[in-house]
Amino acid sequence: MIRMQVWWQSDVMWSFRHSPVALGSFIVVAVLLLGAVFAPLIAPHDPFNPATLNLMNGFTAPGAPNAFTGETFILGTDDQGRDVFSTILYGMRISLFVGFAAVALGMLIGITAGLVAGYRGGWTETIIMRVADVQLTFPAILVAMLIFGIAKGFTPVEYRNEMAIWVLIIAIGLSDWVQFARVVRGATLVEKQKEYVQAAQLIGRSGFAIMLRHILPNVMSPVLVIATISLALAIIAEATLSFLGVGAPPTQPSLGTLIRIGQGFLFSGEWWILFFPACTLLALALSVNLLGDWLRDALNPKLR
Amino acid sequence: MTLLDIQALSVAFPTRRQTFVAVDNADLNVEPGEIHGLVGESGAGKSTIGAAVMGLLERPGRITDGTISLQGDAISGLDRAAMQALRGQRISMIFQDPLTSLNPLFTVREQLTETISTHLDVTDAEANQRAIDLLTRVGIPEPELRIDQYPHQFSGGMRQRVVIALALCSEPEVIIADEPTTALDVSIQAQILDLIKELARERQVGVILITHDMGVIADTTDRVTVMYQGEVVESGPTAQVMGDPKHEYTQSLIAAVPRPTVKMHRFPQVSYGGRETAFAIEDLARNWDKPQVDRAKPLYQIEGLTKRFLKKGSLIPSQRQFMTAVDRVSFDVMQGEVFGIVGESGSGKSTIARMIAGLYRSDGGSIRFDGQETHTLGDDYRRQIQMIFQDPYSSLNPRMRVDQIIAEPAKHHGILAGQALKDRVDELLDRVGLGKEAGLKFAHEFSGGQRQRISIARALATQPRFLICDEPTSALDVSIQAQILNILKDLQEHLNLTMLFISHDLPVVRQMCDRVMVMRNGQLVELQETEALFAKPQQPYTQELLSLMPRLDALKAAPSV
Repeated sequence: MIRMQVWWQSDVMWSFRHSPVALGSFIVVAVLLLGAVFAPLIAPHDPFNPATLNLMNGFTAPGAPNAFTGETFILGTDDQGRDVFSTILYGMRISLFVGFAAVALGMLIGITAGLVAGYRGGWTETIIMRVADVQLTFPAILVAMLIFGIAKGFTPVEYRNEMAIWVLIIAIGLSDWVQFARVVRGATLVEKQKEYVQAAQLIGRSGFAIMLRHILPNVMSPVLVIATISLALAIIAEATLSFLGVGAPPTQPSLGTLIRIGQGFLFSGEWWILFFPACTLLALALSVNLLGDWLRDALNPKLR
Repeated sequence: MTLLDIQALSVAFPTRRQTFVAVDNADLNVEPGEIHGLVGESGAGKSTIGAAVMGLLERPGRITDGTISLQGDAISGLDRAAMQALRGQRISMIFQDPLTSLNPLFTVREQLTETISTHLDVTDAEANQRAIDLLTRVGIPEPELRIDQYPHQFSGGMRQRVVIALALCSEPEVIIADEPTTALDVSIQAQILDLIKELARERQVGVILITHDMGVIADTTDRVTVMYQGEVVESGPTAQVMGDPKHEYTQSLIAAVPRPTVKMHRFPQVSYGGRETAFAIEDLARNWDKPQVDRAKPLYQIEGLTKRFLKKGSLIPSQRQFMTAVDRVSFDVMQGEVFGIVGESGSGKSTIARMIAGLYRSDGGSIRFDGQETHTLGDDYRRQIQMIFQDPYSSLNPRMRVDQIIAEPAKHHGILAGQALKDRVDELLDRVGLGKEAGLKFAHEFSGGQRQRISIARALATQPRFLICDEPTSALDVSIQAQILNILKDLQEHLNLTMLFISHDLPVVRQMCDRVMVMRNGQLVELQETEALFAKPQQPYTQELLSLMPRLDALKAAPSV
């Protein structure tokens, strides 16, 4: 209880409570997150259950009723009569899952590489950081498509749809680790000089223990900021890949897949199939990004 | 007329929790040609006064009350533009760190002439000439040649001379020197202070000299103002304040300054403000496995110890360039003694300590502990040695709780576990005078002196035989320094510890050590019994070092303890 109070009174929380942008984007993110998590409870239709679909309901405009039951499709339906609102909720699940998992993977690789490079120095550092440099010369999308292409060649056709999500995560995660590695390495170089690290070396703690127990907790604040901004980028990367047709399959549509499907109908007047998924993606990416920006400022004592 | 007159000045820093009053109702005045010392411990508000006069208070700090007037004109209410015109022109400043107060990307000539032509109406040629004259005046040899060099090509002392030249560019009436010699070695400190003294006399400049060092005050200033927690507690001619302090705080502050001349059993402590907390060594000694000590036998035998640092790397071994930090140094450390190493920065004293501690690998020579090479001993050796570091702000992990910090060494070596470990940590916290509730807090909730106590508790957790103290008090105020040094002395006596004590502060070394080794540029200059070294230094370098100790004869004699 006291811990909660201390946390609530801390400088970061104070700046949170006094920043309208942070509060606003937090609310947007929270609503979208909850919507995605509880999609099966909230969504009026199950877009993956063909039994509930009726082609007669295809291209229903937003607000128009179901031809059979009279329920309202608040955001309309697509060509197959799937409720757009429900597909967005389910699509966000995929988008957010891929985003979080990809960032977690990027963090894991990046933090490990950065800690080892910064702490060990010498050849280890040179090799790790040169690999990172090379990685940066390829656009993230290109790397992701490359991995996607290779993985596709190895997976049997019947597993392809299930594999797609995991390949997406690995592809985005692998193109994302470099910035974590760079920031962690820089911070590690600073922390390594401090005397508490020497005190731990003096009692004979292993390099692994020092990195994990002593240095890692002290380099986490910049990592947190990058992770938040990376999350927005990962969600966009996933959407881009899915839009290009190399991401989530139509049977498990993510926001990107929905946008790809929707753009085919844009010029025939059914704008809502594209418009609402795109708006959701925009709101999600923008508010996560704004939260990241705020966090960066709040954790930087120089800007306070 | 009084040159600079500060009356009833108050400065406050409003924060979101409370308003912090940094300076409370302070009076101070400076006459032309006078050096006015402003002394106090960290947080006393002395630098804040300097910043207020310069109009450089960091936000959200502001002057809440009082006036500052220069030659009778009030300057405390001026707007930014007017203040900027004044700053550098009539008032200038010398900062603590010459490394950061010069721009590394410009030559000295560019920095000097720019300042000169900003403030004075002169041609380029005149500005150039003036710059060279100034460098000559502050004692830089071959000024015509050196003026085109960059700051990094100057040594620390020379750089501070350039900073002083920069401060003199516009013929200021007042110079504020904020700890101008704290970052410098003793030998250079004396030269810089002499220069400031000469300049003040010669140009009739009023100088406010801000420092925490009573020795500097006694040597340099004409009048002195003593501050304590934002308030002026005493002010007057230096000889009077130093020789016959009226205020209780000044008295205890002066008493706490380590004397170079006499050896005392304990350091007198600053008792003012009631912050003395007991440190119960005797209790600790009762359940301590005291090692048997035979003072005739060496604990360490060190022979031909060498350390080289890579200056320029290369793939080809013969192309690599090295800097020799420690050059074939040999000495013994006897069991139960306090062995001191003295030297200026870069003399290799810390490097030796780090090699003994196993933090650096030596490039030659041997370190024997109880007759065995240390690098063959491993954890068994590490358990018996501990170290207290210089900077209490970086030697404790900010993300670990204090009890975790103290428990770590004992836990790692598997000496104690579970409840026994917890009891040991609680006991140690009690013994260093912090109380066991301190274990649940984080290091940043403690002051510098308290952090150093935590450091000591951590060092004692494994019951070591040997303790390395690397400048353990150089980051602390004089009053706290006395507490920490007394703790270390008690430890050594009651627990039969052998100690390696590294310092650049000769008076402290004299009080602490049994034998002292003087080092210079990585080489051993002189190794003697402490009393013999201070009474009859053999080597010219040692004699020079000793002659540079602050002369504290003017100070009131310390009460004998």
